[in-house]
Amino acid sequence: MTVLQGEGYEVGYDAASGSVHVKGVLRLGGMDEYLPIARILENAIGEHRTLTLDLTGLDFLNSSGIATLSKFVITARNHQDCNVTICGNAAVPWQGKSLNNLKRLMPALTLRFD
Amino acid sequence: MDFGVFHDIPSSLNGGVESLDLSFWTSSIPLKQRWRNNGLSADFMGDYVTTFFPLDESDPATKIRQAEVKGAVSYIANELLENAMKYSSNVVGLPVIMRMFLLNKRIVFVQSNESSPEMAANLQKFIEQILSEDTTELYFRKMEEKAVGSSDSGLGFLTMINDYGAKLAWRFEPVGEAFLVSTQVEITI
Repeated sequence: MTVLQGEGYEVGYDAASGSVHVKGVLRLGGMDEYLPIARILENAIGEHRTLTLDLTGLDFLNSSGIATLSKFVITARNHQDCNVTICGNAAVPWQGKSLNNLKRLMPALTLRFD
Repeated sequence: MDFGVFHDIPSSLNGGVESLDLSFWTSSIPLKQRWRNNGLSADFMGDYVTTFFPLDESDPATKIRQAEVKGAVSYIANELLENAMKYSSNVVGLPVIMRMFLLNKRIVFVQSNESSPEMAANLQKFIEQILSEDTTELYFRKMEEKAVGSSDSGLGFLTMINDYGAKLAWRFEPVGEAFLVSTQVEITI
């Protein structure tokens, strides 16, 4: 498991199961600061045909983070071979509002709300 | 100069409007160290607002409503503060001000900061796009552009409009060699 931790957040990539989890609160100052997280997500796309992104524990994401997520989804869409499932939490308000947009960017995306 | 419909909300002195004001004087410490304060302030404002949306144990809908309002306030306040911290200048020495008004069925934010003439001109160009184009299409086009490396700016406003149903307006007032730029965000609750 590759784990990246910052103040108030954690990103973990489990290569064996093809899953990435992001939890905590993410308010980094622009897409440049999200690059380490973006790299983990992009590596995961390169290494798996089926990938799960677990956001159920992500309580807050700012617009730069939403843009980083969108970039990941677009990369997965363009990769063609990669099936992506995103797991969200219906009880976390921002997720109900913003995650559905990702389906428009990648219609083949599976979005599951627990 | 106003863009969109910018309301002049009476102050609590003469209108009895419930409001919360925060002022930040931005010259004392560098931006990177101040950044974490955006989240602290935004979360405080989200928590503050929950007092006006109390929980009723016998009605589960009140829990959902409180979480929705708290989430919306935290998100919008955080985006406005991030914009102010990223794009404000400090030539004249104006503070960043964040005001939140609790009106009947609406919450209105007014965030103001000093801006250089160049930043003000760039912002006005973007505002003209927001006001003249379909914001949903603009949102998705910006997402696709960012995926291939274009700049970061503008998504905060578009997410407020598309994901939170917010109405936005702006006011630009010249102050010496700079501008005082105010952004007004109105959400229905």
